[in-house]
Amino acid sequence: MAMTSAERILARASGRDTVAPGDYVTADIDKAMCNEGFAAVAMNLGAAGISKVFDPERVVVIMDHYVPPPTERAAMIQKIVRGAVSAFGLPNFYDGRYGVAHQVMMERGHALPGELIVGTDSHTCTYGALGAASCGIGFTEMAYALATGRLWFRVPETVRFHLEGDLPPLVMSKDVILKIAGDHGAEVAQYRAAEFSGTGAGAMTMASRMTISNMSMEIGAKFCFFETDARAEEFLHGLPVGGYDPLVFDESARVFAEYSLDLTSLEPQVALPHTVENVQPVSSLERTPIHQALLGSCTNGRLEDLQAAALLLKGRSVHPDVRMLVYPASWAVYRLAIDDGTLADLVDAGAIVMNPGCGPCFGSHGGLLAQDEACVASTNRNFIGRMGSDKAGVYLASPATVAASAAAGYIADPRDL
Amino acid sequence: MEQFQGRVWLLGDNLDTDVICPGRLLDAPIEEIAEHALESVRPEFRAEVRPGDVIVAGGNFGCGSSREQAPQVLKAMGISCVVAESFGRIFFRSAIAIGLPVLACKDVAGAFADGDTASIDVEKASVTNVAGGAVMSGERLSPEMLEIITRGGILELLKEKTGGAQ
Repeated sequence: MAMTSAERILARASGRDTVAPGDYVTADIDKAMCNEGFAAVAMNLGAAGISKVFDPERVVVIMDHYVPPPTERAAMIQKIVRGAVSAFGLPNFYDGRYGVAHQVMMERGHALPGELIVGTDSHTCTYGALGAASCGIGFTEMAYALATGRLWFRVPETVRFHLEGDLPPLVMSKDVILKIAGDHGAEVAQYRAAEFSGTGAGAMTMASRMTISNMSMEIGAKFCFFETDARAEEFLHGLPVGGYDPLVFDESARVFAEYSLDLTSLEPQVALPHTVENVQPVSSLERTPIHQALLGSCTNGRLEDLQAAALLLKGRSVHPDVRMLVYPASWAVYRLAIDDGTLADLVDAGAIVMNPGCGPCFGSHGGLLAQDEACVASTNRNFIGRMGSDKAGVYLASPATVAASAAAGYIADPRDL
Repeated sequence: MEQFQGRVWLLGDNLDTDVICPGRLLDAPIEEIAEHALESVRPEFRAEVRPGDVIVAGGNFGCGSSREQAPQVLKAMGISCVVAESFGRIFFRSAIAIGLPVLACKDVAGAFADGDTASIDVEKASVTNVAGGAVMSGERLSPEMLEIITRGGILELLKEKTGGAQ
């Protein structure tokens, strides 16, 4: 029987021949990712009398939210995580100098095609860029998953997005996912899996696919999938990974809905405060002064993102009324961007280069907003109070739009720079 | 499972996790988070919420972050049940996992005014506006989900296997 990607992976993980949307299954977990939430997970495990995880090799702990710790309490949380990692004997531990968890999972080969992966972060769905079924869960469910190696899932319906044609210059994959959120709403994939196919998806780099799979959370998706094509194979080649099952879409599988998007005519998009579906083309936005421009994060902090911004800012200056922050997605990206001069161009333009981490993206530290301030950010959420004051505004856009806006002092179309 | 009858806090669409639990408080204990829960949309919530109150909301309630503090703080503040037209899926799962009853019910927000009294049967997935009388049918939870809620959370199932902390 023809199955969607979600159905195929959940059937395999639950030991069934087939499953259908709406079925409840108990599935074996291939990998479990924990960030600083592991402190709470470990507390739950302790309360339940659990002293061993199901398979230490399948657990990855990556500290990224409080790097370096902005408060004494955050330092204590990290200290608890280190103690718990040691107590449970977990070999895959990345202690604060590797990068944002999702980027580290991908670039260290912890996320593989066809795997079922859970993580204590909502953007765990990022690994769908190479064909994994990955999703976020809470601390309590993670404790259950680590103790038993299993978790219940409801088999989701699938929504297929056909991306056709090549993106015009200075229009990026971020604009694609913002356009989808704007056109179809923040619930278009609620409780569903999203499959991205078509020539436009096939032409995208892994970095661009990761931006879309990361943001699929913001349209409600439980899982996001791109096929494990030659580009994905090339990405996996050279990583310390063993065998895996490449994910190939079965176009004959029944899906809940299908949407097509012509990429050739797409313009730069921006999501206005305070929902990700509040989207319009940058070209139609009234003049919106900004006080902060945030480039980077696990959504858009890969080398091609930083390069796109540097290309626009080389020889220009960040507007004097704007503080521009750069958050590379990982130390590996950070290093590459040093080597090729990207960071030099950004620093020369007046940007502040921060260390990889989650700080301002979840409103914790390292670039927060005062009331009545506005930030254009290449991050993934613009909720009320997401980046500081609940009277500030976050505008989501592509790295190119962030860079153009940083130079202009207001939200600007990168094609006009 | 018991039925819930409580005063309604009516909330809108896309009420996200950051509004329930601001990111700056992710390193804080639940008591401190409770001082600020929902403050940006309902500043009076902290002072006026009473044990047994219910939340009735529009679509996509609890969208956003995986932070479990969001359902935790609502439960800790005495919210007995959350009924929404739809939920962010991680919030929905985590609420069940910690034993906070949740129910998805189409068009429910339009059937209530703030301060009305709701009567909710989670097992039957029915919601009634006590003043208005009409019974609305929501999406039934699976037997496994109902068991987790009834037992007070998924950790209780684990403790049963291990005998709990030594």
